[in-house]
Amino acid sequence: MMNISENTILREESSFLAGVRDCLPTVLGYLSIGFAAGVVEKTAGLSIVEIGLISLLLYAGSGQFIAAAMIGANSPALAIIFTIFFINLRHLLMSAAISPYFRHLTPFKNVLIGSLLTDETFGVAMNEAASKKMLSEKWMHGLNITAYLNWFLANLAGAFFGEWISDPEKFGLDFALPGMFIGLLVLQMFSRRKWMKDVLVALSAVAIVVGVSLVTSGSVGVIVATIIASTIGMAVEKWK
Amino acid sequence: MEVRWSIFLIIFGSALVTFIPRVLPIAILSRVELPEWAMRWLSYVPIAVMAALVGQELLMPNGKLAPLTDNLELIAALPTFLIAIITRSLLGTVLAGIISIMVLRFVF
Repeated sequence: MMNISENTILREESSFLAGVRDCLPTVLGYLSIGFAAGVVEKTAGLSIVEIGLISLLLYAGSGQFIAAAMIGANSPALAIIFTIFFINLRHLLMSAAISPYFRHLTPFKNVLIGSLLTDETFGVAMNEAASKKMLSEKWMHGLNITAYLNWFLANLAGAFFGEWISDPEKFGLDFALPGMFIGLLVLQMFSRRKWMKDVLVALSAVAIVVGVSLVTSGSVGVIVATIIASTIGMAVEKWK
Repeated sequence: MEVRWSIFLIIFGSALVTFIPRVLPIAILSRVELPEWAMRWLSYVPIAVMAALVGQELLMPNGKLAPLTDNLELIAALPTFLIAIITRSLLGTVLAGIISIMVLRFVF
């Protein structure tokens, strides 16, 4: 009897719908940023179809903002592609960090999962992974596809309705993104319970990202901060 | 309602260079057994990357260091962190952040 009820819970917890449900808290953040991206893309002169394409193919907030700005400024195509490569290079680290939880899947299935990886879905997935040895494929698809569709719709909404909303900052929607990162950071710490080391790593990351971003760029800052702060965490754990 | 070739090439090119770092590690690393130190290093990546993103959003919102005394976002982050710690709810945290910054912008 115990087994049956536990199995039911396990099945429900790892289903596609559970992934959809676990994505819901990020919907507001994606919606406001995606909307803003749509507005910026429209202002840069992209057509609705082009905006739909960029949100579905590139599917990256910071990358799309930069793309819109550089297209608007008539930058050469190669310069735009090269810049976006650097801005999105942090996915390399997140994709590596999430890989141990998908050992049970074929490389092709992992390509499907990785192709929709974002800061937010990564954060939600790593919180889910804290108490587990592996993550469910269906759950991850539920999370990824919900975020993906929400992003697409938000971009289109921004492109269509952007001009009617004069001041989105008044409603504080721009703070949905930092709010979400704060929530993901705190939840991650609670699930790990390595307080001293995690706070040390987090504070190092903040200090490094500010320092490096000031002399290079924000995207290089995030990558360098992640590499050095993770190394600090690894080293401190080794010495103890 | 059209897609210009020049724009399509930019979108396709940037999508490709974003796709590769997204899928390469998860496709390859999940097939190999990583050494213990590498696993330990990777276990700190979520904390490091989220903290870096928070730091960037709060301290340098426009790519420049914002003055500490005139940074409403940084003040709004305090109740947001507090709600995150108390409720441990992602949605609650996002809402707390939005309400905090809304109130602060209304008052100041």
